[in-house]
Amino acid sequence: MTAVALPTLASQFQANNRLFSPKAWSSLAAAVAFLAVLPLLNLVVPSDHPLHVSSYAVALLGKFMCYAMAALALDLVWGYAGILSLGHGLFFALGGYAQGMYLMRSINPGNAGALPDFMVFLDWKAYPWYWAFTEHFAYAMMLVLVVPGALAFLFGYFAFRSRIKGVYFSIITQAMTFAAMLFFFRNETGFGGNNGFTGFQRILGFDITAPDTRAVLYWTTLAMLAGALVFARAITQSKLGRVLTAVRDSEHRLRFIGYDPLGFKLFVWCVSAVMCSIAGALYVPQVGIINPSEMSTENSIEMVIWVATGGRGTLIGPIIGAGAVNGLKTWFTSVLPEFWLYALGLIFVLTTLFLPQGIVGLARRLAGRYSKGTGS
Amino acid sequence: MKPEHARKLQEMMVAVESDHGGDASYGHVATRDVDTRHGVILYLEGITVSFDGFKALNDLNLDIGVGELRCIIGPNGAGKTTMMDVITGKTAPSSGTAFFGQNIDLSKLSEAEIAHAGIGRKFQRPTVFENHSVVENLELAMKTDKRVKPTLFSRLTGTQADAIAQTLALIRLTPEAWRPAGLLSHGQKQWLEIGMLLMQEPQLLLLDEPVAGMTDAETERTGELLNELKGKHSLMVVEHDMDFVASIAGQGKVTVLHEGSVLAEGTMAQVQADQRVVEVYLGR
Repeated sequence: MTAVALPTLASQFQANNRLFSPKAWSSLAAAVAFLAVLPLLNLVVPSDHPLHVSSYAVALLGKFMCYAMAALALDLVWGYAGILSLGHGLFFALGGYAQGMYLMRSINPGNAGALPDFMVFLDWKAYPWYWAFTEHFAYAMMLVLVVPGALAFLFGYFAFRSRIKGVYFSIITQAMTFAAMLFFFRNETGFGGNNGFTGFQRILGFDITAPDTRAVLYWTTLAMLAGALVFARAITQSKLGRVLTAVRDSEHRLRFIGYDPLGFKLFVWCVSAVMCSIAGALYVPQVGIINPSEMSTENSIEMVIWVATGGRGTLIGPIIGAGAVNGLKTWFTSVLPEFWLYALGLIFVLTTLFLPQGIVGLARRLAGRYSKGTGS
Repeated sequence: MKPEHARKLQEMMVAVESDHGGDASYGHVATRDVDTRHGVILYLEGITVSFDGFKALNDLNLDIGVGELRCIIGPNGAGKTTMMDVITGKTAPSSGTAFFGQNIDLSKLSEAEIAHAGIGRKFQRPTVFENHSVVENLELAMKTDKRVKPTLFSRLTGTQADAIAQTLALIRLTPEAWRPAGLLSHGQKQWLEIGMLLMQEPQLLLLDEPVAGMTDAETERTGELLNELKGKHSLMVVEHDMDFVASIAGQGKVTVLHEGSVLAEGTMAQVQADQRVVEVYLGR
């Protein structure tokens, strides 16, 4: 009993901190394979066949996967580092706007200099400097990464350096997205005002409404979501991940054993902002519109509810939560549209009261009970 | 000799010695490594701390040898905690000098720098990371590069795993290695915290009432632990509990503080026989 054999500690440690267990790897592969097959069932299987999947369902799932990626990004900061952001809608929208401008400029092939209507109405003669080069896809994608990353860095640096924490930080993020929404709403700021960007025709030369283009967008989203999950898991299973949970649990103590929390918080905050922005950039070509309502405070709060419902601090939970809550939302808004907000509030209250670990926590509890039941 | 002169002389001596020492760090007079060649890890000389005229420490003189386990006792308000605050840089003395080894002037360093130089302090209330396992707590505390990038790419080496395993055995938490620290008993959390301090490889450990709130069995075990650390680390234990001090002090030195200065110093038997100590503790 005096000492666990030395190699055991090292190997146990490695086992605890590996990326996924073999079982989790195979479930992940199965889930990805299942989701990947659906567009094929839409494209190849005739529409009167029982296995046919409607275009509507594929489009809906593609949208949900974007939401799931945003929820995953939020879980990294909230679930692990304990930083509750009520402004992730802003990062989502920024990615969407960068993508949206590229799509606007692809409407008339061969004439990327043509101004969109809202600029013509403003009597502008050319694109403003901040939209320069956005006719190039690669440049627009770089904006998707750089703009939210830089904004998150600046905002985070000053907020974390001033040791703004907890509810105060959340309120500031909320104010930030609200201010941005008002800014984007104005016609003369060059973001299309109320209407935002819409009327997209093609992406990289392909017809954006064609079923096979939509299937490729869906698969891209699926691949990015799976990649983001593995990436996020790699972070949370690293020593940095353990430092993040230590930030969440006792930042003071962490400082005392020699870590400066600032850099760690800033790192995960920026990673999360960029991940959320990528989700927004994948979302816009699939739904065909981006406007300032994406930055509304309700949207950011809904993201928090996805994470809480699925299970905070579990990574897979927020993905499930985003799917489940949005599935319900789709049903409600078609059947009982006026009751959706009550239902959403009720979900949040019930989750907080009865499922502090969300759907994943419930599943783990049931699995624990089941294995105990068979064991005895 | 005035303190400034003493310091200058010491710095010169260090400079001369390191010139001839063939040390890799030549060129740096004020080295970060503590110089303990004279066998002393901590010197406090004429330390006075006053809060609005009240002297919490009054011309305190104390030195602690390398590998020594020194117990500091004294009634409430004797200045024990203030003394620890001075050593760890939390409180600046109004006068006097505090040296770590011969070469590190503690008054010139911040709290973080002092911790980095090798003085670890354990507070009364244990604060461990409750959601992390015991091993992970030790891993986080381990002395290593604690900036963002090295932390992200950190892999536990065999040596590091061995160090963790050894510390686990020392603090008797090997069976609890993979339990979340929040599930440990109060005493076990205290040991874990001592373990976390040890992982930072301090030269000098300051322990503030390490057995407060412990059961008798835990208190006894803590005494054994501190004695195992003696020799490998220099320890300063501040404690109210006279029985506990008597059990760990052995033939080592005990210092009695009273009203901010040293009242008596010697073995526990000598101190207990000292008439002034008896008066301070019992004679009121």
